[in-house]
Order: sequence, then structure tokens, then C-alpha cells
Amino acid sequence: MRRPTLASSALATIAVTATLGLTACAGGGASDSVAAAGTAAAGGATTSTINLYAYAVPKVGFDVVIPAFQKTAAGKGVQFQQSYGASGDQSRKVAAGAEADFVNFSVEPDITRLVDAGLVDPNWNANAHKGIPFGSVVTIVVRKGNPKGIKDWDDLLKPGIEVVTPNPFSSGSAKWNLLAPYAAKSNGGADKAAGLAYISALVKDHVKVQPKSGREATETFLQGSGDALLSYENEALFVEKSGDPVEHVTPPTTFKIENPAAVLKGSKNLATATAFDNYLYTPEAQKLLAEAGFRPVDPTVAQEFASKFPNPTKLWTIADLGGWKTVDSTLFKKDVGDIAKIYDQATQ
Amino acid sequence: MKVSRGTRLSLRVVALGYLFVLLAVPIGVILWRTFEPGLSEFVASISTPAARSALNLSLLIVAITVPINVVFGVATAIALVRGRFRGRGLLQAVVDLPFAVSPIVVGVALIMLWGAGGWFGALDRAGFQVIFGIPGMVLATIFVTLPFVVREVEPVLHEIGTEQEQAASTLGADGWQTFWRITLPAIRWGLTYGIVLTVARALGEFGAVIMVSSGFPGVSQTLTLLVHSRYIDDHNTYGAYAAATLLMGIALVVLLLMTVLDRKRSDR
Amino acid sequence: MTAHTDEQRGGLRPGTDAAPLPPRPDPTPTDGTRPDADAPRPDGAGPPAAGRAGSAAGSGRPRGSGAGLGGLRRPLGVGVVTLWLSVIVLLPLAALTVAAFGDGLAGFWDAVTAPTALAALWVTVLVSAIVALVNAVLGTLVAWVLVRDEFRGKRLVNAVIDLPFALPTIVASIVLLALYGPNSPIGVELNATRWGLVVALLFVTLPFVVRSVQPVLIEADREVEEAAASLGASGWTTFRRIVLPTLGPAILSGTGLAFARAIGEYGSVVLIGGNIPRDTQVASQYIQQQIEIDRPQAAAAVSVALLAIAFLTLFVLRVVSSRTQRREERDA
Repeated sequence: MRRPTLASSALATIAVTATLGLTACAGGGASDSVAAAGTAAAGGATTSTINLYAYAVPKVGFDVVIPAFQKTAAGKGVQFQQSYGASGDQSRKVAAGAEADFVNFSVEPDITRLVDAGLVDPNWNANAHKGIPFGSVVTIVVRKGNPKGIKDWDDLLKPGIEVVTPNPFSSGSAKWNLLAPYAAKSNGGADKAAGLAYISALVKDHVKVQPKSGREATETFLQGSGDALLSYENEALFVEKSGDPVEHVTPPTTFKIENPAAVLKGSKNLATATAFDNYLYTPEAQKLLAEAGFRPVDPTVAQEFASKFPNPTKLWTIADLGGWKTVDSTLFKKDVGDIAKIYDQATQ
Repeated sequence: MKVSRGTRLSLRVVALGYLFVLLAVPIGVILWRTFEPGLSEFVASISTPAARSALNLSLLIVAITVPINVVFGVATAIALVRGRFRGRGLLQAVVDLPFAVSPIVVGVALIMLWGAGGWFGALDRAGFQVIFGIPGMVLATIFVTLPFVVREVEPVLHEIGTEQEQAASTLGADGWQTFWRITLPAIRWGLTYGIVLTVARALGEFGAVIMVSSGFPGVSQTLTLLVHSRYIDDHNTYGAYAAATLLMGIALVVLLLMTVLDRKRSDR
Repeated sequence: MTAHTDEQRGGLRPGTDAAPLPPRPDPTPTDGTRPDADAPRPDGAGPPAAGRAGSAAGSGRPRGSGAGLGGLRRPLGVGVVTLWLSVIVLLPLAALTVAAFGDGLAGFWDAVTAPTALAALWVTVLVSAIVALVNAVLGTLVAWVLVRDEFRGKRLVNAVIDLPFALPTIVASIVLLALYGPNSPIGVELNATRWGLVVALLFVTLPFVVRSVQPVLIEADREVEEAAASLGASGWTTFRRIVLPTLGPAILSGTGLAFARAIGEYGSVVLIGGNIPRDTQVASQYIQQQIEIDRPQAAAAVSVALLAIAFLTLFVLRVVSSRTQRREERDA
């Protein structure tokens, strides 16, 4: 074949384009909003890249914290690759071999899974804040003007109210969302039956959709499904800020959300990843996180933002229920946990 | 069949109305939404680092998939048309399989085979990551695009027969010479059409790829994954529209190529 | 007209290897010639047989004459091709099947008959069936208008039919969501309803029926239609008694392909479908959810069930089309 056919020239074009594009953008940007991330690499500086796996909603926080970290001495020239998704799903991906340096999940058991897999040091939560760089509280997001008059947990069980909350088997958010009314109704786990009765009524008659992550639940709600969305307070603040026609009501009795973060011990960039982890606890990062809607753990910063994050009348914590180990094995463990069973009955 | 003017007109209205509502209006809306804030917004949105590397990754996957599909597709077509061996019918069926398999099922199947807990999990544990890496995305894309080249080249091979090839070999040409001089030129338009279909599908594949990607923007996110993650994870509806419009532009080019090539092929 | 185009116009793709390939756009309507200027072809004169004849001739030719990539006919070449297809296609599906029965037959059965799984499969089949039916009617109508009618811009319309094949499915989803989603500019909100699923699937399956009916309609013998009309048959009677039987196999194969495609579709429904279990969750979404909540065995089991449905559809299609073909051959 003497003359080049269209086929071969098309091929050549594609190959050339791809190669050119790849060289031009080697180590390309990490994220849509962190546009500056790519520039350091292009300058030819020696860099290390941190692979960050996180649950669905803290992207807003990392979007401000990462550029700030890159301005510090320890973070100079550090690149970030960020993956967000359902907490449990993300954790399983990392356990299944996805290469991560730093993880931030919604719930502790998702980190425990990595400890069990030998990927995270058992002492990951040894620092002053027990490995929790930020948190939130469980809140109820409703349509603008609160047309259904939803104020407290009991209002969700009114006939005809449809509640959006993600699937607890994949989402960490879903676990917090269910623990909040459970703790409120069972008086911190003392009256287990009452708590489970509430969850059962809620899941059976009011929860129809099962998005996989907190973020997908928000999207589902914003697209018009349901009358109420159970979510993180930070997520509620985020969607309100972006102008969506919703508002949030924090019930007087609710639950403290603690979102753990950890460094993987086999990380190729252990030093940088650890530096980033430590940076999250500095007053500077805590302030940025607080501005993004996350409740800070640093007491001084928390004081400063006290007006932004009002304290509910009663805030139950996971420790009140006996810690994640107990909660997970008695409530959420597949096929045995009480809430898991309620979910299975309602959804299988 | 005699059709009265009235019937003819009303049928035309129904058909065109259906196409208008189904195709034209939605596409019009998204174009409007994309370009309403101005062209510069659109350009800015599709030239973020994440968007650029998503385009690069999509092109890289195409650049790997197409040559592999061409080589093995042509080989398979030749074997199916010219070969006489037992199990040929079975091979035919296997080539069609990818059309019948849901993209999600492709993803699940690949995880079961190449994933850390799968049959070839040893590879993964030895450090060669297939699932959650580019190899997995390439494998998924090859799976779904496998039939195109074969099925476009096969009928042409049938049609040209073997006379010319036989003549060439009588004149002393060896197998490869015959292939390059006789067979390849004869099948070139069918092959090109197959390639265009492969490129279109490879760029547009979503379901199979999302199952095996680690989802890092800038690393393992193709354009289609970018559309999805901007819409869901980033709460960035405009960005999703813009990326979708970019993909639509590529699709239009493909469509144009298909139309032109098809005419060329039938003019032959 | 070359043999190749003849083959294309033969309606049902020649031979029984009629794969669910996207039917090719027929060249005629785009090349500017008026389709109805085409001389009517004598009935049964070759076209459908062309491919078969070629196939028979191809395999019946003397072998071993060293032509072409001779090696591909020898065991080694065939071996390479087989190995390739196995690694890419067969092994993953085998691994999937084994995983589906990982907990034994009972485990497979439990996973497939779990109420939400059944509901998802049912929704998938129901919606796909509706989509296939709408396609059968409106697709035929569109094909008829594109072949027998004349109007300005027909070539453009004809080209646009293929757009859903070229458009990535996720784009289809977001495009439809922009129109029928929240804040719909026309006030129709279909997201998270079964109608939303129907619209999304109609969008992606549009070309199947149109593209399989078009070539047959071009080939159809208009003299017979005219004869019927001159004998006093009304337009509707002629359509029902003459045209429809001719188009039948093509409509059927297009509808079947559309159905098979709709069954497995994922990208176009992922944003607009709502993923509500027992309501709008389709099988693909259910499978993905099972992977996400770490029940790979259930995911594999439902995948196998979905595959079985798709195969069954294609198998029935193949049987029906080969039977029709045989009948045609007898009649000829």
C-alpha cells in the first residue's frame, strides 16, 4: 500500500495528539478548583504527589486547605490527587489496592478497615484530637420556607413525609444520620428498643431513595426528591451558600459528627502526607475549615466561630453510645446489626 | 402505496415533531445553558487542568485501544472469513458478546477477573494494578469496542473474495505482501468506518469505565467521568454542561466522519 | 450499485450473524438521489442472498494457497485470535459467572430473587419493552417519512438520526436532565420517574428501528403497492397487507436490538433515573449499588441474570429472523 490511507493517517493524528497533550500536561492539575496546583510541577521543581481518598463532601474544605498548605514550607511544590466518593466505597477501594497516601473518611470504621488490612498504623488516632481534624453535626435540610414545618425528629414520621438519606452500607453520612435520631429516641442508647422503633418507622415508610453517598443524596434532594434531607451541617451550609432553594433545621437533640483522617503507613510520601495531616490541626487550617462550614476541633478557633456553629440543646456523641466498635457491630454490621437488618428488610 | 397529501403531511409532522422533541430540544437547551454565560466561560471551564487531563486520558485510551482493535480485529475477521476450523461459529458468537453485555456488567466482570480478590489477583498484589488503574480502563474499553472493526471488515472480506489474493500469490507474493498490497487496500474503508465507530464508543464509554477507575481528577478521570463527577461530586452543574458540550462537539465530528465515510464506502 | 450496497439493502443483515451492530446508515438518502427514483428491484433478486452466498463461497474456497494472511487460517493464527478473545471477553465473563455461583446455586437464587433485585429486573424489562414498542411504531414512521416523503432538510434529518450512537450516554443523560430535570425550562419534570427512564432510553435507542427499516423500505417493491391500490385497496389496507409484512422482519430485528440495548443501558439513565429502589432503579444501577455496598456475589448474580435476559432476546431474534429468511427462500 503506497499511499497512506485515511485509516493510518487518522491513527497517526490521534497518537500524536495524545502524546503532545500528555507531555504538555504531565502531572496535570489535580482538581477543577485548585487550578494553581499544576504550575509548580511545570516549573520543574522536585515534587511529591499525595493521593488523597476522602468521603463525598469535604472537597469544599480541602479546596481551601490544600492551596494554603502548598504555601507553607512543608507543602511547597506538593501535588494532590483527590478522589471523593461514598465513605465506605472509598475505604474499600483503598483496601482493595487503590494507591492512597492520605485518607479522610466520614466514620472511623472505614479507617479501622485499613488498620485491619495493615495499611494504616494502629496508632493513627494517637494525637491530641484522636485523629479527628474536623467534624459537624447531623442536621435536617428542608425546602426553602420549610413548607412541611419540619423542626424535629418526630416531624419526619408524619404521614406522607419523604426523607432522603444515603445507603448506610456505602455511606458514612447515612450512619451519622441514623445515629442521630437513634440516640435522641433511645436516650443515648439506654432504651435501645425505642431507638430502633423510630429507625424502623423512618426507614420503612419514609426513606425511598438510597443514594450511595452524602453528596449524591444532596443532589437527589436538590433535584426535587423528598421533603427532607438528612445531612452534615457543613453540607447544608455549602448548598445554602451556593444559592439552592433550601434551608436547614438542626433539631434540639442531635449527634456530633467526627470525621477521622489518617496517613497510610506504606505511603511513598510518608513525610509529606504526615506534614499535611499535621497541618490540618494548625489554627490556620482550622480557621479555613471553619469558614468552609466544618466545625473546628481546635478550642480557640472553635470559640472564635461559636456564633456560626450554635450548640444544640443536647449533642450525643459516638462515645456516649460506646464507641464505633460497639456501634458498628451491634447496629451496622452486615446481616447482624440491628439497623442493618431493618435496612435489609425494608430494601431487599 | 398511495398516500393522500393530508396523511403524508401529518405523518411528516409526527415524525419530525418526535425527532424535534427527542433530539433537537434537549440539545438546544444544553447548548443554550453552556453558551449563555458567554464563550469565555465555556473555554475557561473546559481548559481547567482537570478537564485538560481528562481529555488527554480519553485520547490516550483511544490511542491504545484503536491500534490493538485494528490488529486483532482484522486478524479475527480474516480468521472468521477465510479460516475453516472447528468452533468458528462459537468464535462468531464470542465476537458479538460485547454488544449484549451491559457496561456495568463488563465492569463487574473485570473486577472479578483482575481485581485484588479476583482470578488474576496475584498480579494486583505483585504491584501491577489493573483495576483502579489505566490498564483496567483500557481493558474495559477494548471489551466494549471489540466487535466494531471485526464486524465492519468481515463483510468486505466476504465480498472481495480471494481471487486477487490468489493471483498475487501465484505471482510469487508472500503472505505479508499480499496482505499489504491486496487485502488491506480493499478493506480500507470498512476498516476506517470500524475505527470511527471504535473511537466514538471509546471516547463515550461511561458505565464500564466508572466501575474500574479510581476516579482521580487529572489522573484516572476520562471526559465522561469528568461530566459525571462535576455534576455529582463537585456540585458544578455548569462545568458538567460545558464538558458535555465538548464531548458533543467531538461526537458531531465523528458523526460527520461516519456520514462522509459511509458515502465513500458505498461509492467504491 | 455494488454488491456491497446490495447487501446493505437486504434488510435483515445477511446470514444469521446479524449482530446487534448499530445498523449502518443507509447511503442512499444522503447521496442526493431521490429514493423513490430507485428502480424497483425484482423480488428476491439476490440482495438478501448476497451475503450468504459470499459467506458460503468464502469458506468453500480452496485453502492453503498462501493468499492473504495465510497464517490466520493455520492453527497458530486461529489460536492467537482465540486466545485474544478469551482474555478480553470470555475470561472476565467466566470469572463473573463463577462469582455469581460462589455461594452455590441457592446463593445465586437468593440474590436474584431478593425483592429489590426482582423489582429492578422487572422495571428494566418493563421500561425496555415500552421503549421497544414506541420505537417499533415511531421508528417505522420516521423511516417511512425519510424514504417516501420529500421535504427540505431531509438529508440533515437523516444524518441526525445517528447522533445518539455518536453521543456518549452520559451526555445524553445530562442533556435530557437539562430539559426535563429540575428547573425545567418547559415545566416538565421527569427526573426520578419511570417516564424519565423511558425518554432517556428512547433517546439512545432511536437509530435501531429507523436504520433497519429504512433499507428495506427503499428496496420494497412499489409496483405491488401500486397494483393493490389500483385494485381499489385503501392506503391503510395496502400498508397493512403489503408494506407491513415486507417490513415485519426489519421492524422486529430493530425492535429487538433496541430492547437488548435498553436492558443493559446505564449511562443515559444514571442522572435522570433517580435510582429509587422498586420504582426507577434499573438492573444496571442495582448491580452497581451491590458493588458499592460490598456484596459482589449479589452483583455478579444479578449480572448473570441480566446477561441471560439479553441473550434470550438475541436468541429469539436470531431464531425468528432465520425462520423468516428460510420462508422467504422457500417462497422465492
